[in-house]
Amino acid sequence: MNSKEAILNNIRKNLPNLKTTLPYTNISHMSYENKDEKFAISLKSVGGNAIWLQNETIDEFVKESYKDLKVIVSTCKDATCSTLDLKDIKEPHELKDVDLAIIEGEFGVAENGAVWVKNQPSIPRALYFIAKQLLIIVKKGEVVDTMHEAYERIEFNESGYGTFISGPSKTADIEQSLVIGAHGPTDACVLFV
Amino acid sequence: MGHPELAEKFVANTKRMHWHDKALWFVREKRDLASKSIDEWEELRRVASEIKAHTINNLDKYLLEFEKNAKAKGIHVHWAKDANEHNEIVLNLLNKIGAKKLVKSKSMLTEECHLNPFLEKNGIEVVDTDLGERIVQLRGEVPSHIVLPAIHLKKEDVGTTFEKYLGTQKGNSDPTYLTREARKHLREKFLGADASMTGVNFAIAQTGGVVVCTNEGNADLGASLPKLHIASMGLEKVIPRLKDLSIFTRLLARSATGQPVTSYTSHFHAPVVDGEMHVILVDNGRSDIIANEDFRQSLNCIRCGACINTCPVYRRSGGHSYGYTIPGPIGSTLGASKDLRANKTLPFACTLCASCSNVCPLKINLHNQLYKHRQNVVKAGLLGFKKYTALKVATWVMKHPALMDFSGKMARKIVPKLPRSILYSKANAWGKKRELPKFPQKSFKELYKERKK
Repeated sequence: MNSKEAILNNIRKNLPNLKTTLPYTNISHMSYENKDEKFAISLKSVGGNAIWLQNETIDEFVKESYKDLKVIVSTCKDATCSTLDLKDIKEPHELKDVDLAIIEGEFGVAENGAVWVKNQPSIPRALYFIAKQLLIIVKKGEVVDTMHEAYERIEFNESGYGTFISGPSKTADIEQSLVIGAHGPTDACVLFV
Repeated sequence: MGHPELAEKFVANTKRMHWHDKALWFVREKRDLASKSIDEWEELRRVASEIKAHTINNLDKYLLEFEKNAKAKGIHVHWAKDANEHNEIVLNLLNKIGAKKLVKSKSMLTEECHLNPFLEKNGIEVVDTDLGERIVQLRGEVPSHIVLPAIHLKKEDVGTTFEKYLGTQKGNSDPTYLTREARKHLREKFLGADASMTGVNFAIAQTGGVVVCTNEGNADLGASLPKLHIASMGLEKVIPRLKDLSIFTRLLARSATGQPVTSYTSHFHAPVVDGEMHVILVDNGRSDIIANEDFRQSLNCIRCGACINTCPVYRRSGGHSYGYTIPGPIGSTLGASKDLRANKTLPFACTLCASCSNVCPLKINLHNQLYKHRQNVVKAGLLGFKKYTALKVATWVMKHPALMDFSGKMARKIVPKLPRSILYSKANAWGKKRELPKFPQKSFKELYKERKK
């Protein structure tokens, strides 16, 4: 008998055979009158910031907000300020000096400031974590109340990887002192366009 | 050594004990604020516990569903009966590609399996990449908390540790400085790694993927650079549906640290391009716990650590005093289920205050479980002669009202006259760091009778 069978047999032998059912997950929950405002507050509380783009292009915003950056990678077609083309990358390790990654997010979650980022196979996953700073582009109006709505919109039929990103990376492992910027980006901005 | 002996070392430094107590209470308070900001918090707890109860009742089916769907997505699935088998699987996978350098994100399961020493013995360099875990790894310690591995250390301790191993500035213990230095040090490790390992917070049967929740970004960075990613999980980490995560992600970080969600909630459903992803399903005693109605609920745990932060015993005795991989209430019940003899003191490292059960996002009946384990310790004859005899005598006296009254009367007369050298002698464990209250003149019974007259 292999381990799989041994484990399953032991589970089956020990199962209590109780009558249980899977509960409904979309319980009645909080909603926010102004989702954008709640999203901005939540994101700020976790060390990030949200900006709604007015009369300028993403490129102009980047030029103005991020000065003296050497290496910029954009996977967003509306941001053309890349200095490094992902097509020229063989291994994700070559992204180690990226100062700013401009990526696309599908939607934000008001209750926790997270943005759903669904990975396309053409983009190395490491980009989201290896870049020093992160700029996530989300369409205006794409903010849901809670994770209940968020999980209604997610599937993994095509994509092999997706992540909710809520602010920059952080740690409080040294005496409970919050330090923004652990192993991932030290700065995370969500730009609604 | 049991919990009382190990805890004695910790409480010897009173100032540090109070500091530790406060640090944990601060986290507990953040949890309170976060949970109270959600109107439907109790409803979330109810649904979460129902999902887990249903999953455990159908564990075989959901594990098979997970395996089938994961394989369909190109993820390899392995089954390990125990720690040894788990460790062998990991070593084989590493050897197959000639990997010598492994980066590992937080995984209490690999601690439980003692994976690091096993791999190191076999010539593999293992680097724990969670900052707290790296700190304790450098110091040759084990995590003292499942979410905050280095909570027992002061920043000065971390400063001297980094000074020694990372060559940081002498006397500099600024957390931001130390974190930046660790970032530089670990960046090199990430970039030079041949393989990565992560733990698993949730494995979704419906979609065949695993979810890892972190704040530092270390799990994702590790898993996305090398070609080989191994994720280890206890059997109980499987959940039926993707949507179930809407419940668990709302509870987990709020219960753990008071954050609305972790910085990263990452869903792995395929290896990186040209890479390999393996998931190891580990039993190591879990399938035995299912049989026991008293302790089955302990498998519902999502490892948020809320019970640990709130526990008055943990806060004042520190994680290392438990001598088990997972400290605090949840560790005490899991440890006692796994090996009652080895962990016989753990169910007693508890005041039965039930705060753990009240903060648990899964509503696990932790204090009831510890109470049950105590009874099992007695039944198994593991209580120890002194404690056992004292309780037997006390029971006998209490069963005889006249004798009880007489004993009380004598005690009220004699005890206040006894010299301290006898009263607080070694025989009286309760006298350590505790003063007896002032003895009353009369018993409650006597006072009651007088009032009735």
